[in-house]
Amino acid sequence: MSEPTEAFIKGLFNAPISFSSLLDEIPHGILLLDPDRNALVMNRALQGLTGFFHTPVRRLPCAHILRSDICILRCPALGMGPASSGVCREGNLINRNRRKIPVRITLSPLKTEDGHTAGFMETVEDLSLLREMGDQHAEEGRIQGLIGQSPEMKRILNMVPAVAQTDSSVLITGETGTGKDLVAEALHRSSSRAKGPFIKVNCGALPETLLESELFGHKKGAFTGAVDNKPGRFKLAHNGTLFLTEIGDLPLNLQVKLLTFLDDRMIHPLGSSSGFQADVRVIAATHRNLEAMVREDRFRRDLLYRLNVVRIELPPLRRRGEDLRVLLDHFLVTFSRKFNKRIRTYSGESLEVLTRFPYPGNVRELRNMVEYAVNVCDTEQIDVRHLPSYILEEQTETRLQNREDKTASPTLLVGPSQSMDQVSWAGMERRMILEALVRAKGRKGRAADLLGWGRSTLWRKMKEHGIES
Amino acid sequence: MDGLREKVHKVLIPLFGDDVAPRFDLVNEALIVILGPDGEVRDHRTVLLARASAEDLCHLILTDGVEVVICGGIEEEYAQYLSWKKARVVDSVMGPWNRVLDRYRQGRLKSGDVLFEP
Repeated sequence: MSEPTEAFIKGLFNAPISFSSLLDEIPHGILLLDPDRNALVMNRALQGLTGFFHTPVRRLPCAHILRSDICILRCPALGMGPASSGVCREGNLINRNRRKIPVRITLSPLKTEDGHTAGFMETVEDLSLLREMGDQHAEEGRIQGLIGQSPEMKRILNMVPAVAQTDSSVLITGETGTGKDLVAEALHRSSSRAKGPFIKVNCGALPETLLESELFGHKKGAFTGAVDNKPGRFKLAHNGTLFLTEIGDLPLNLQVKLLTFLDDRMIHPLGSSSGFQADVRVIAATHRNLEAMVREDRFRRDLLYRLNVVRIELPPLRRRGEDLRVLLDHFLVTFSRKFNKRIRTYSGESLEVLTRFPYPGNVRELRNMVEYAVNVCDTEQIDVRHLPSYILEEQTETRLQNREDKTASPTLLVGPSQSMDQVSWAGMERRMILEALVRAKGRKGRAADLLGWGRSTLWRKMKEHGIES
Repeated sequence: MDGLREKVHKVLIPLFGDDVAPRFDLVNEALIVILGPDGEVRDHRTVLLARASAEDLCHLILTDGVEVVICGGIEEEYAQYLSWKKARVVDSVMGPWNRVLDRYRQGRLKSGDVLFEP
C-alpha cells in the first residue's frame, strides 16, 4: 500500500487481519474514496497501473490520481442518488510513466446500515491486452464466434466494434441461423457495458401474460401466484445489455411498454407504484420483416423507429460466397477436436454436395450437418455417406421439382427464388426436428441441443409443425 | 529552469477549475503567465480552447512562444514533441494552480510534486 492504514478486519477470521494487505491481494486496481471523492486508500495493483508508488494519495481528489477521461468528462459519482447502484464505464487513463492505458472502471457506492453513502469503491481493470486481442481478431476476420471473409461479412465485422462503442439501440435482422445472437453478444462484449450483464429474452417463447412479468418484474401479491418479488429482465440487465430476440413476436401491448421504457428508461414492475431507473442498452433481433408487419398493423411503427437506430442486416449463407468453405473447414476442425477424432478433410463428392446445398437454415444448419458428419465418420475423411440423409433427398427433390417446374411453366424460373426456399424450408425444418428427435431417442433437451436451439424454441416449432410430444 | 528564471519567459498551466488539470489532452482552459527575471508576474491571461485536444494545445504553446508547461498527466508523445520544440515540461504536478505557480517562481517545482493541502 502507498501508506500504512490502521484498518483491520475483525470477526471474520480467528485473528484480525490487515485491510490493506487484503486489498493488495486483489488483482485489479482498487481505490477507496470518501463521499467527496477524495482518496482514502489505493491497492498495490492500482499503484502499478497508475505508477504512483511513492505518492501519499490519502485525501487527494480521485480525478488527479486516476487521471481517467471518465473522471474528468463524466464522473459517474456525480449523478448518483441514494437508490443508485454500481456503474461501469470504459475509458482510458494516463499514468505516471506518460502511458495512455485503456481501462474499465466500476464505481460502486458503499452504504451504511441506514442507507447513507459512506464512500465509493472504484475498481480499475487494465484492458490493454483485451484490446490487442480484439484488434488481432478483427484483422483475422473473426469477432467472438463470427467468422467470415466475404465482403458482406467483412463489412459487418468492421461495423461491430464501432457500433459497440455507442449506446444506441440496435436492430439485427436476418434469416434464421445467420448469427443474430452472436452479433448481439459480440456487441455487448465489445462495448463499455461488457462487465455488466448480458440478458437474453426470447419474446416468442413465452405466453403474453408470463412475458410481461418476465420482462418488467412484479411485486409480491401483484397477481395470483406472485408469491415473491421478481426483478424482471430489464432490472437484471441494469448496467448491461438486454437482448430481445424474436422481437417480431412481441405482443402489441408489450410493444407499448417497451416503447415507454425506451422513452423514459423507467421500469414499472406489475403491482408496483414506484419505478426503477434502468441503465440498459436494448438490442433487438428478428427474422421477420418488421416493415411488412408495420403495414399489417402487427408491429408499432414508432417502436420500429426507436429500435432501428442502428440496423445490422446479416446476409444468408447463400450470399456469402467463399465463407461457405471457410465455415465448413472451421466446423470440421472444431468438432473433430471436440469429439477427439482425426478427421482431416472432406471427400470431393461430399464437398460438392455440401457446397451445392442451399442451406435455408444458414450457418446453424451447416454447423449441425458438420457436427452430424463428424459424429458418424469413422475415417479420416468425410464422405457422402456420413452426411445427413435429408441433404441428398432434398437435393434430389429440388432437382425433380425444378424439372417439373420447367416443364409446367418455364416463366417460374425468372421469379424470385426466395419463395421456393421458404416453401421447402418448412418441410425441411419438420424433417430436421424429427431426425433430431430420433437421434436423441425422443429426449427433447438433447434434440434441442443437436439442433442448436433452446428447449422452448423446439417446443414452439414442434407445435408449429403439429409434431406431438 | 534556473536559466529561465534569469529572463522573461512564458509559462502555461492547463486548468481544471482552480487546479492544475489532471490531463493535458482534456482541458478547455489554460493559464498563460509572463514571468520576469526575478520570478515576478508581469502579465497573465486565461485562454479558452474551442475543444479539448492535445494537438491544439501544443499548437497554442508553440505559436504563443511558451517556454515552460506545468501540467498533470501527459502522453509521452506530446511531452517529447514539446521538449523537441524547446518547451520544458514539468508533468504529474497536482494542486491548486496558484500554489503550483508560487512553487515554480521560487524555483522549487519539480515533476510529480503534490501541492494539495493535506
